[in-house]
Amino acid sequence: MINRFADLLARKPSGLLNLYITAGYPTLHDTMPLLRTLAEAGADILEIGVPFSDPLADGPVIQQTSTVALRNGMTLKLLLQELQGIREYLPDTPLLLMGYLNPVLQLGMEEFCRQAAAAGIDGVILPDLPAEEYAEFYQETFRKYNLRKVFLITPQTSEARIRRLDELSEAFLYLVSGPGLTGGNQTADQSVQQAYLQRVEALNLRNPRLVGFGIADKASFNNACQHANGAIIGSALLRALDGAADPHQAARAFVQRIRG
Amino acid sequence: MSQYQPSARGYYGQFGGAFIPEMLYPNVEELREQYLDILADPAFQQEYQQLLRDYVGRPTPLFRADRLSQKYGAAIYLKREDLCHTGAHKVNNTVGQILLAERLGKKRIIAETGAGQHGVATATVCALRGLECVVYMGAVDMERQKPNVARMRMLGAEVRPAVSGSQTLKDATNEAIRDWISNPTDTHYIIGSVVGPHPYPDLVARLQSVISEEMRRQLLDQAGRELPDYVVACVGGGSNAAGAFYHFLDEPAVQLVAVEAAGHGVDTDKSAATSVLGRPGIIHGSRTLLMQDEHGQITEPHSISAGLDYPGIGPLHAFLADSGRARFISITDADALQAAQLVSRLEGIIPALETAHAFAALEQMDLKPTDVVVVNLSGRGDKDLDTYLRELHLA
Repeated sequence: MINRFADLLARKPSGLLNLYITAGYPTLHDTMPLLRTLAEAGADILEIGVPFSDPLADGPVIQQTSTVALRNGMTLKLLLQELQGIREYLPDTPLLLMGYLNPVLQLGMEEFCRQAAAAGIDGVILPDLPAEEYAEFYQETFRKYNLRKVFLITPQTSEARIRRLDELSEAFLYLVSGPGLTGGNQTADQSVQQAYLQRVEALNLRNPRLVGFGIADKASFNNACQHANGAIIGSALLRALDGAADPHQAARAFVQRIRG
Repeated sequence: MSQYQPSARGYYGQFGGAFIPEMLYPNVEELREQYLDILADPAFQQEYQQLLRDYVGRPTPLFRADRLSQKYGAAIYLKREDLCHTGAHKVNNTVGQILLAERLGKKRIIAETGAGQHGVATATVCALRGLECVVYMGAVDMERQKPNVARMRMLGAEVRPAVSGSQTLKDATNEAIRDWISNPTDTHYIIGSVVGPHPYPDLVARLQSVISEEMRRQLLDQAGRELPDYVVACVGGGSNAAGAFYHFLDEPAVQLVAVEAAGHGVDTDKSAATSVLGRPGIIHGSRTLLMQDEHGQITEPHSISAGLDYPGIGPLHAFLADSGRARFISITDADALQAAQLVSRLEGIIPALETAHAFAALEQMDLKPTDVVVVNLSGRGDKDLDTYLRELHLA
């Protein structure tokens, strides 16, 4: 069975760069070419955001890109159609879909999993699908299609619950860096964040750990990577794309600033 | 157990649950583990009941409306929640939740508001207990309910405009939830309606259930019977309706009438009649009936009334609609305005625009002279005078 996450980890156990873009942003058909550019520029994992009208966990940047993407006409159906064939260009890069539950439920969870798997998607993040509902109703469907579910933990998550979420997660654990929304300023207090990342590191979990929310530049990326396998950047990348004459050039320059 | 009580995971039939991001899990779980014990604690009850009596002004009167009764050919009683301190039923919930927040050790309160009545009721209890208060309100609603914005500021609350989406109640709720995610330890979110993740729908319904508890006693006293034939209430999220229905849910002889805002009409794209236009979906942490497009994007509702301008309904109400236990009626902006004028002139009571929808539903009910009808007069209309004068050409 293909496991692009395990293959990636075997090649590169640390310093993983996971980049998030909102599908349908900046223009409707930018998504597939941008994914390719980001992978070529050095992203290790790519996360494709499914725009939603009411993204509760997201800060202003992703709210805005989602609004623009919806206005551009992006839908979950269209995205899944566009994704069929992506593996011709990106055979090895782990690909995740990140979105809110309601659009997925309207398509139907089984149908969503079937089309995502057919496109070669590896994992799914649905922040408003609680672990209990997933375990009871959807885990079997995910397994049937070899789709890996990623759960979030926060500095407030208890150890017992972290272990439960580690059991349910199949690709990595998403460590929310601090209190706040995507694109926020959670990393202001480095010592608090480092203590949290060390505490989770010491639990010897079965999943690799990627840190997200508020990771915006080379310094915050490197800090996050000290006690985790890598980090996730979304809002800062989208801000770099905003208004860029050539989004591909802006994307390449952004990755160079993180990696350089 | 009654089928109208939620299951352990917060479901009423297929509706309810707690679809929350992990960031909210500790807060919601803490509340879920403790709310029933706190509500049942005699010390809590004593403090709550005393505040309801001496601060809110309960019990509110049940008033037999003779001229309305004559017009509609049935005995029509008004449950005068408009006479609560701050002018609406909302304060029943905020008084209870502020005591709950204190027992949870919270120092900061956030709330969303549509018409502003819940925001005012929250700002009021925060002033009373000396807690910091931030209220999120859609920018459009701040404009159409200016008097309530002024009252919140006078009470010391910070009113933050929600500028996303349609800039109304849904968006204010989004912003309040985002605030809670960003302040995960010291803050309690006082939700104003029977919406949101479990246990909020049950918590708010229990705190509003005093309305129907009093109705039963007062009806026995005044009409010689505890059970009316009809209870009529407007539904946005549905807190006043939940309170008015609560102690009648298991009395099949009592017909429950839930009145939604049709806006310009349910066959137009400017409506908030969720039971007609909604399909099961997830909003603000709850699976309920939801107005949405074919792709699962939440659509923008419309009502002239800021308190009913919401694309979902509480999960209890979704279950009442789905099971047929309640009859749902939709009332247009125009009919609500006419009803507000009628009640003002027949009974000397200016109802809130939200409540006016409940009165307008009387026109669509087939009433008999022996029928006993209770209309929950959920709020007073001072906040809506600008709209009334403009729309009814009285200025």
